[in-house]
Amino acid sequence: MESSFVYAGIAVAVVLVVVIATLALWRRSGQDRVEPLAAPARVEAAAESTALLEIEVPDPAAGRLHRLRARLARSNTAIGQGLFALLSRDSIDAATWEEVEETLLLADLGVGPTNEIIERLRTALKVEGGARSADDVREALRSALLGLVDPSLNRELVTRADGRPAVLMIVGVNGTGKTTTTGKLARLLVAEGHSVILGAADTFRAAAAEQLQTWGDRVGATVVRGPEGGDPAAVAFDAVSTGVKAGADTVVIDTAGRLHTKAGLMDELDKVKRVIEKQSAVDEVLLVLDATTGQNGLVQARVFAESVNVTGIVLTKLDGTARGGIVIAVQRELGVPVKLVGLGEGPDDLAPFDPIAFIDALVAN
Amino acid sequence: MFANLSDRLAGTFKGLRGKGRLSEADVDATVLDIRTALLEADVAVPVVRAFTAIVKERALAAAASGALNPAQQIVKIVHEELVTILGGEARPIRLAKQPPTVIVLAGLQGAGKTTLAGKLALQLKGQGHTPLLVAADLQRPNAVDQLRVMAERAGVAIFAPEPGNGVGDPVRVTKDARAFAVQKQHDVVIVDTAGRLAIDAELMQQLREVKAAAEPDETLFVVDAMIGQDAVRTAEEFMQSVGFDGIVLTKLDGDARGGAALSVKGVTGKPILFASVGEKLSDFEVFHPDRMASRILDMGDMLTLIEQAERAFDAEQTERMAKKVAQGEDFTLDDFLEQMQAVKKMGSLGKILGMLPGMGDIKAQLDQVDDKDLDRVAAIIQSMTPGERGDPKILNGSRRLRIAKGAGTTVTEVNGLVDRFGQAQKMMKQMGRGGGMPGMPGMGGMPGMGGGAKKSKGKSQGQGKSKKGRSGNPAKRADQEAGLSVTAPITAGPGSMLGIGGPGPADNTAALELPDELKRLLG
Repeated sequence: MESSFVYAGIAVAVVLVVVIATLALWRRSGQDRVEPLAAPARVEAAAESTALLEIEVPDPAAGRLHRLRARLARSNTAIGQGLFALLSRDSIDAATWEEVEETLLLADLGVGPTNEIIERLRTALKVEGGARSADDVREALRSALLGLVDPSLNRELVTRADGRPAVLMIVGVNGTGKTTTTGKLARLLVAEGHSVILGAADTFRAAAAEQLQTWGDRVGATVVRGPEGGDPAAVAFDAVSTGVKAGADTVVIDTAGRLHTKAGLMDELDKVKRVIEKQSAVDEVLLVLDATTGQNGLVQARVFAESVNVTGIVLTKLDGTARGGIVIAVQRELGVPVKLVGLGEGPDDLAPFDPIAFIDALVAN
Repeated sequence: MFANLSDRLAGTFKGLRGKGRLSEADVDATVLDIRTALLEADVAVPVVRAFTAIVKERALAAAASGALNPAQQIVKIVHEELVTILGGEARPIRLAKQPPTVIVLAGLQGAGKTTLAGKLALQLKGQGHTPLLVAADLQRPNAVDQLRVMAERAGVAIFAPEPGNGVGDPVRVTKDARAFAVQKQHDVVIVDTAGRLAIDAELMQQLREVKAAAEPDETLFVVDAMIGQDAVRTAEEFMQSVGFDGIVLTKLDGDARGGAALSVKGVTGKPILFASVGEKLSDFEVFHPDRMASRILDMGDMLTLIEQAERAFDAEQTERMAKKVAQGEDFTLDDFLEQMQAVKKMGSLGKILGMLPGMGDIKAQLDQVDDKDLDRVAAIIQSMTPGERGDPKILNGSRRLRIAKGAGTTVTEVNGLVDRFGQAQKMMKQMGRGGGMPGMPGMGGMPGMGGGAKKSKGKSQGQGKSKKGRSGNPAKRADQEAGLSVTAPITAGPGSMLGIGGPGPADNTAALELPDELKRLLG
């Protein structure tokens, strides 16, 4: 009976309450009264109208990854080249394998996938015996890495739907770049000839709606906003109905960053999705993961997937030294593929993810 | 899947029991476990390597001494070493002899600099300073607006002469800010800079110039607790090209194990000054090395649990409960319901229970815990009349049947709830009388408790008992030995618990500990 855990949980709560209550008593009896917590921080922001900018014409999506490939290769050279150099040695001893392991671990791949890839490499290279050509090694490395990113997964982004706008939701923890991704995604869609409506359902963070407005103005996308501190579900609903009325192709909803450990906030996200679904299906839920994120990324992805059924991952900030290896664990565990990658600060640095090009860039000579 | 270090070590040592002494190979196996645990916590590879070397040395010495409980010894060693590295010299913000004190915040994009600027300003304002926020992030769209809102919320002044969004020169802004602060008599200046990648030479050059213009007394490197292996590289590059004096960890309210703290500290040697633990401006505290150590090792963390509870229960509720406890009043089903709802606010049941020390063995089962059960129990209580909630003794057969029907469940479930509530009530009373924590008899014997269908009731109870004897957490064990009751540690170290008063590392070890009875009933 699982319900015994419920009672255990409540027992803990009861004890905690007593502890806290006792503390409160103690605190009151003491001299130093603790000030009550500051009033709820969701305060109305000074709404500032953003000056109208000239509408820009974003780069087309096709070939973006190609154009960015050089950058991608540069950012990831260390892992591909490093592994290649290690595996091309005349004899691969235990110390070499250890270095291989470290290289993989440094890419935030995590202990599990790292061990798996090493096993794979060991078998592949053992068969070759002593005589390994550079090409053999490269091929073994390529196939081992390809096995990790699974090119067969469908990475198509649903951006059009029949008879209604396609609805995309952008979710993630704080500071991964959701608003920026929403803005860049809008540019990408506009470049592909979509008419786009943006929903600023991040009503929590100060100036998030303004930030999105700035992005929207640049490409001429309408931004649906609500009052700061308002109900994000209402904003999302309005955005979708605006999209339906205007006959737009795609509606992209930016949500507030939330740590996956905050149950209340996760419920709120669930509600946003439910409310949207009252009038239209949600076609994509994109989880934005920061490439610098470590093993916690997996936990994040799992919780978000449970709450709003994530359909794809956007890996941002891949232009730094971070490798974003955590997405491999995420993909393996949850079967959610990386669909987009953010490769820089430029407005057009968001590209569709192409696993084969990605790996080829890694192991290229 | 993340077995914590003490559980994992216990597993490794199980096979070694009966051996008089640990061999070097045994220690190697243990060190491998430690290595994996640290890697899973995102501690950077080079730091892990250095760290395990130290631990191995000490572990070998411990093994040679023929210690009675090697697993415990080694966990203790690891914990101590972690605290030593993480601790260092914790210190408050250094204030300039000649105001204004200038603080520059630097870090990657999305680390939380702008939010932190607001929190720091509020904190300093509370200490009687008059901080000035400077909007030098002119890169990210509307970062200036965000800072303006932060300033408003914290009730501090802001210096934002440029609109941002790529317009304006941060160096110029910083320079002017200094003059502005002197003129308006602000004694602390907090400069919020744009997030940047360490490999972006141009932006790093700009940051150097901002720093030169600001002549800061403190340059703080803001780092996200969720960051992975990249932490070391980023920290190193920031250290080399710009330099910083202290570290701030943000987003510690998530469940990232925060190995980055160890990485950054280990590589740069700079102290971690603060931790940012929530979305409210006041969620900002002094860094506690020992708690961080427990967290990295994923050992049960009572303090975090209590803090989370403090946030979940509102002040009014706490007040009311305090009164009840003090006056020995009866604890009603309404209170029970209220607390259950607070539990829901704290996160999933499985996670809450997992935070209790020694729950590793049943972690897999904890993952299966369905939070909907809480709703079911709530439904039962909500199907009662106010009178019944106040005094469950009046519940006779027909009332129970009505309640069961109302809640869509069976009378057996209702009976179960009433029984357990009776026990909880008793416990509350005894605690109110200052009798420490009595065992809730019967609760330990709940059907399937800790065992599910796989383990027998007797066995799970037995495990619980043995568990309490060999706690993995050294701080906790110390408390157990000292036999602290609920009230004792409250006087011992309230400052550390409430995050006020900023106690040094030593205070924190006086961890508030739940009595053994509770652990037994949960284990």
